[in-house]
Amino acid sequence: MQLALWTYEGPPHVGAMRVATAMKGVHYVLHAPQGDTYADLLFTMIERRGQRPPVSYTTFQARDLGGDTATLFRDTLADAFERFQPQAILVGASCTAELIQDDPGGLARALALPVPVVALELPSYQRKENWGAGETFYQLVRSFCGDEKPARAEDAVPSCNILGPTALGFRHRDDLREIRALLGEMGVRVNVAAPLDATPADLSRLAQADFNVVLYPEIAGPAAALLERRFGQKQTRIVPIGVGATRDFIREVAALAGIDPEPILSRAQSNLPWYSRSVDSTYLTGKRVFVYGDATHAIAAARVATEELGFTLVGLGTYSREQARDLRDAARKYGVEPLISDDHLEVEAAIGAAGAELVLGTQMERHIAKRLGIPCAVISAPVHVQDFPARHSPQMGFEGANVLFDSWVHPLMMGLEEHLLGLFKDDFEFADGAAPSHLAAEEPVTPAAVLADVAVWDAAAERELSRVPFFVRGKARRNTERFAKERGLSSISLDTLYDAKAHYAR
Amino acid sequence: MNAIAPARQTDIVRENGQRSVFCGLTGIVWLHRRIQDAFFLVVGSRTCAHLLQSAAGVMIFAEPRFATAIIEERDLAGRADPEDELDRVVERLLERRPDIRLLFLVGSCPSEVIKLDLSRASARLSRRFAPAVRVLDYSGSGIETTFTEGEDRCLEALVPTLPQDDAPALLVVGVLADVVEAQFRRLFEALGIERVRFLPASRAHEMPAIGAGTRILCAQPFLHNTVQALQRRGGVPVAAPFPLGAEGTTLWVAAAAAAFGIPPERVRAVCEAGEARARTALAAHRSALQGKTVFLFPDSQLELPLARFLQRELGMVAVEIGTPFLHRGALAAELALLPPGSSVVEGQHVDRQLDRCRAARPDITVCGLGLANPLEAEGLTTKWSIELLFSPIQGYEQAADLAALFTRPLDRRTRLAV
Ligand code: SF4
Repeated sequence: MQLALWTYEGPPHVGAMRVATAMKGVHYVLHAPQGDTYADLLFTMIERRGQRPPVSYTTFQARDLGGDTATLFRDTLADAFERFQPQAILVGASCTAELIQDDPGGLARALALPVPVVALELPSYQRKENWGAGETFYQLVRSFCGDEKPARAEDAVPSCNILGPTALGFRHRDDLREIRALLGEMGVRVNVAAPLDATPADLSRLAQADFNVVLYPEIAGPAAALLERRFGQKQTRIVPIGVGATRDFIREVAALAGIDPEPILSRAQSNLPWYSRSVDSTYLTGKRVFVYGDATHAIAAARVATEELGFTLVGLGTYSREQARDLRDAARKYGVEPLISDDHLEVEAAIGAAGAELVLGTQMERHIAKRLGIPCAVISAPVHVQDFPARHSPQMGFEGANVLFDSWVHPLMMGLEEHLLGLFKDDFEFADGAAPSHLAAEEPVTPAAVLADVAVWDAAAERELSRVPFFVRGKARRNTERFAKERGLSSISLDTLYDAKAHYAR
Repeated sequence: MNAIAPARQTDIVRENGQRSVFCGLTGIVWLHRRIQDAFFLVVGSRTCAHLLQSAAGVMIFAEPRFATAIIEERDLAGRADPEDELDRVVERLLERRPDIRLLFLVGSCPSEVIKLDLSRASARLSRRFAPAVRVLDYSGSGIETTFTEGEDRCLEALVPTLPQDDAPALLVVGVLADVVEAQFRRLFEALGIERVRFLPASRAHEMPAIGAGTRILCAQPFLHNTVQALQRRGGVPVAAPFPLGAEGTTLWVAAAAAAFGIPPERVRAVCEAGEARARTALAAHRSALQGKTVFLFPDSQLELPLARFLQRELGMVAVEIGTPFLHRGALAAELALLPPGSSVVEGQHVDRQLDRCRAARPDITVCGLGLANPLEAEGLTTKWSIELLFSPIQGYEQAADLAALFTRPLDRRTRLAV
């Protein structure tokens, strides 16, 4: 048993729902108790979808267990087919139904419905949401893609499929639009994009493309591997998040499509490179950033943070155990300790220990950062209603890079603004008797736990610190305290302050 | 004061099919806020954990007092002894949270299907951690409980632990907001009832006593098992409608007063001001809601009292009153107050119910979170029912707030020109 106060991923059948809900003409019949219908609200309330997810639940109860839950499943399936007339049906079990072993696949076959039925086996006690989405997409592709690669016309324009975007994905809707447009500009035809907005019939056309663009390896990886095995379709390996990755992606696509990347590379523009070089961005230099999220977004964010914003990476982590190896490789490259964990308390401890000045994480890290008083931007699922902005707000492509610049740098600027307010607070115009001052004999605002191992500033040192320019004051305080701690000093004097400054200036 | 109308035939239909309702685990979201030194440990799956955090929404800000012990493959395959595993998890938990005095082990569908004996586990752990922590257990599973039934099972589990006291006392049962509890306490004290107690109390060691002199007054309509358990401890239930709206509150208070032999004049004197204030506050809402139709999907079991309030005090017309269950005994007073010919549907077949709702095109639909936006997208106005559990709606001072939950969505729809 694992003690979970919070989970970054739902159960695997929620992943299956994300695929079913993304597609058109698919209905999912889920053997599950009534409470599992909560998952509908993820789509209707968080993503604000205007339709119920295409899911029928059997909602069996305890009294059914002695009797015939299998019949209940069959009836639900027959009703759902009758009512929704889908082109394809997914059947499966949630965690509880997995235990009663009614075999939804077998029951569905016995019903001999006139549409394809794909049976999902999603082991709820071993796997999680992203794996469930990947497996579901894989099973759908396997069922519909056929075995024959159609002959390619000599003069056909290069074409690809875009694989990975689902319902309830972090900016999937916007990423798809962005990458579709980018491919269009390159003269690459998008044959099918799936699962988002695709029909089962679309999946049967997958083989017609020359290659596959994999946006989210967690979800599209297994299906892309199958297509590669079956039809020799190559897949992209670069996830186009950030300017550098997008440029690499363009080169990769161009190579797969047999076209020249230079025209588009010379045309393509993002504001990020110039904004990042603009002198006001100098203060971003070496900001200590901690990155955590699903593996795809975390690894991509590490690159953008270091290469494109000039931050210093102080931590890199993911909850995606399936992609742990990729993340470890990335962490090695940046010389940080990889964190593979889905325990948010462990993540919190790691962020605290790393002395981060900015956190790029999930909604959970946003809460953690708030508690620690560190600015934060969200880069990855699990999603929150805020992650579905009204405006076009991709993470991928050149526009995505603009979005990253804005959304990662603004929290830092807000931080600066607060420092400014703090700076002016001592001016008489801003005087506020209630404001805590370390010099006044007021209640300490520092929590006891922090006090325990932090040296006490004497009055002269504290006064000196208040003269340090606001934008480096936080760093000066932290460095001095760390310096004092390392030397076992219980108090900080003027000398300690300047010894520490000299020490870190090396 | 309105007299209770004689019972007239209400059309009650039973329906079976897909239910679109949360399971009893959801109650943890409001129970843990009420009992402030209690921790709720669900023994379940990742689904249970996900349900809890999805239903609790942003309440994860602080370290929450609920969690899930997620059953894993090794527990099922016999590679780990689930009992040892549970002990280990509880140990770790209580180490982290020395402030916890009451721990509930909450059963889920998976724990029940694999027949994990949580009552044995709670007895064992209780012995081990006594006297600092008491460990109790109840089922919040979706195969045994529907939404608000989780609260019923939780309070039921508390009943055997309550101290015995046979002196005359009034016990108000059901989670209420602090402000509502304080208002009710003042009312009952003004009536001259000497001992007024509330279950659950906000602290584990302050739970109320129960005994032969106790009169049980339910503040919520879904506390069937709890009342039975309290009866076994000697308590006597008071039949009453529920304290929604001015009329409902007065009838509820009056029923308690009658049980203590307090004359009606005294009730009138005590209730008059509050009731008048409530009626005044409701007037504006009444003019906005008069004649409007309402369709209630089955969810919290508050549907009957709610339909009664909306119809009798606000002049609305209930097209269909869904309820997951109908405990006729407990709701007799409510059924008697419903206008004749009301259509009550017990149970659910969500697709058919949606068909009926679309056909009726009610002015407002009360439903769960999964259905609200899809119905809005079809041009219907909705009110999410979960808010009825999270906001203070009982009593005189909250009557208009309850009405506002219905006027606001309608008001919004008339404002918007996009
Ligand atoms: S219905 Fe059962 S399995 Fe689903 S969340 Fe509720 S208790 Fe857990």
